Amino acid sequence: MNSTERSTSSAVPRFVETEFVRKKQRAEWIARGFFAFMAASIVVPLLLILGYIIVHGAPAISWEFLTENPRSGGAKGGIWAAIVGTIYIVAISLAVSAPIGVLAAVYLNEYAKENWFNRVVNLAVVNLAGVPSIVHGLFGVGAFVYFANFNQGRKSILAAALTLAVMTLPVIIASTKEALAAVPRSFREACWNVGATRWQTIWKIVLPNSISGILTGVILQVSRTAGETAPVMLTGVATWKSLQDSGWFLYHPIKDQCMALSMHLYYVATQANNVPEAVPYAIATVLVGLVLLVNATAIGFRVYLRSRKKW
Amino acid sequence: MASNPKVSVRDLRTWYGPKQVHRGFSFDVMPHEILGVIGPAQSGKTTLLRAINRTLEFTAGSRMTGEILVDGDDVHQVDDVYGLRRKIGMVAPLPVGLPLSIYDNVAFAPRAAGMNGRSNLDHLVERCLRQAALWEEVKDRLDSLGTKLSGGQQQRLTIARALSHSPEILCLDEFSIAIDPVTTMRIEDVLKELRREMTIILVTNLVQQARRLADRTLFLWNGEMVEIGATEVIFGDSPKDRRTADYVNGIFG
Repeated sequence: MNSTERSTSSAVPRFVETEFVRKKQRAEWIARGFFAFMAASIVVPLLLILGYIIVHGAPAISWEFLTENPRSGGAKGGIWAAIVGTIYIVAISLAVSAPIGVLAAVYLNEYAKENWFNRVVNLAVVNLAGVPSIVHGLFGVGAFVYFANFNQGRKSILAAALTLAVMTLPVIIASTKEALAAVPRSFREACWNVGATRWQTIWKIVLPNSISGILTGVILQVSRTAGETAPVMLTGVATWKSLQDSGWFLYHPIKDQCMALSMHLYYVATQANNVPEAVPYAIATVLVGLVLLVNATAIGFRVYLRSRKKW
Repeated sequence: MASNPKVSVRDLRTWYGPKQVHRGFSFDVMPHEILGVIGPAQSGKTTLLRAINRTLEFTAGSRMTGEILVDGDDVHQVDDVYGLRRKIGMVAPLPVGLPLSIYDNVAFAPRAAGMNGRSNLDHLVERCLRQAALWEEVKDRLDSLGTKLSGGQQQRLTIARALSHSPEILCLDEFSIAIDPVTTMRIEDVLKELRREMTIILVTNLVQQARRLADRTLFLWNGEMVEIGATEVIFGDSPKDRRTADYVNGIFG
């Protein structure tokens, strides 16, 4: 339609592009572009970090690097002991913190009344989450290495894992509470109205519909547990503990200290001599790769559970 | 001969924190009657129902004084609060299909009460869905999700669930707020059938709905019981209180 037609049409034009409308639209484009730019800027550092370590580290990664013990102060050999150590610490730590955290969150979200006890627990959760990791490490030395004394006053894998468990607990509690709170209250009320107990309601309705969120929160803690250096260095990780000392394959979780990828990365990058330049990057690549693998599994699982979501 | 009241409310006062909801009133609900409860928003209609089946206590900061007797038993003295709640069917304003299959939605309450055995449950599920006028529409897809039904169907599913524990009292809280007029009329017909078997407390925003269905009507305003009486009187030319006449005639509220 051309302009002459429009001006001659008899009806009152209802959609006029006034100066005000144009201004509004411009502001809309600017706002959208600005926010989109901010969102995109998050991706940049991630890609740079990943690209940088992979480009530098990939040449050093081989089957031998992954499956051999380190030799010559980390200058030769591989990182097998550190991989095993990290898996040990992460697995034991989550095996402790996940059940405690999830069950505590169920209590706080489903049972606890608004009273002083609940407030104290919630306050503790928030503040525990704010404690720096090195302080957790010192606590772990006092509580698990000396007081609980698993290993005659020496560091142990168990002490390190428990220290990390204390550290991840508040985050697991917070994410689980969030997942539980996402289940509409009307579902609970419908159950109570027909004479179901709180536990029946939780078991039949609340947990099945929040499990994907709960698991996601738990699994995201894998990356944190795997990456921490300071607390485990103080409580259970040694700079040097190849696996031959306790047999080919396994650490003893109570009697042994272990190596860990995070600690080993710190060591070869700053303390060891004659280490090929690519090795620290290779270790970083393996560490990030392990974490991404676990996260990818979690995301896949989440997608699967979401597809079965029922409301 | 007057029979014993099914529900007796005595000097009911309730609070949410510092905010008082009910300001002290008493009334009885007789067996097999439909008691309409009308009143504007915030007048305490929903809270009244929540006090009767003791779900009020799930709200932090709620308090209640006075007595509510169900079949002569003080609801706060009963040994088995879950049994009390099963005696009272409750239908919320917005339909709540639980995230379960249609079958499991209806079988939820009997199972929670310890009933199992497929044939018993099959029988019960069919009876409740028929009573709620939903059976014909869903009988071929009992395994599909209750949450995927339309709003009107979900509300009838909610009613079927409320019937599944064989209540003696059925409380409906503005059940027609989210459904279309045709479905509303169907459910109203269902209620007329159900009153033979149970006592019905019908909270409603639609004064005409109370007029159509209720034997007696209670007008609640600002936490006070302005008036309770036979529906013909409440909606007639001369209810006792001027405010009642104004409200039912749409002059305020």
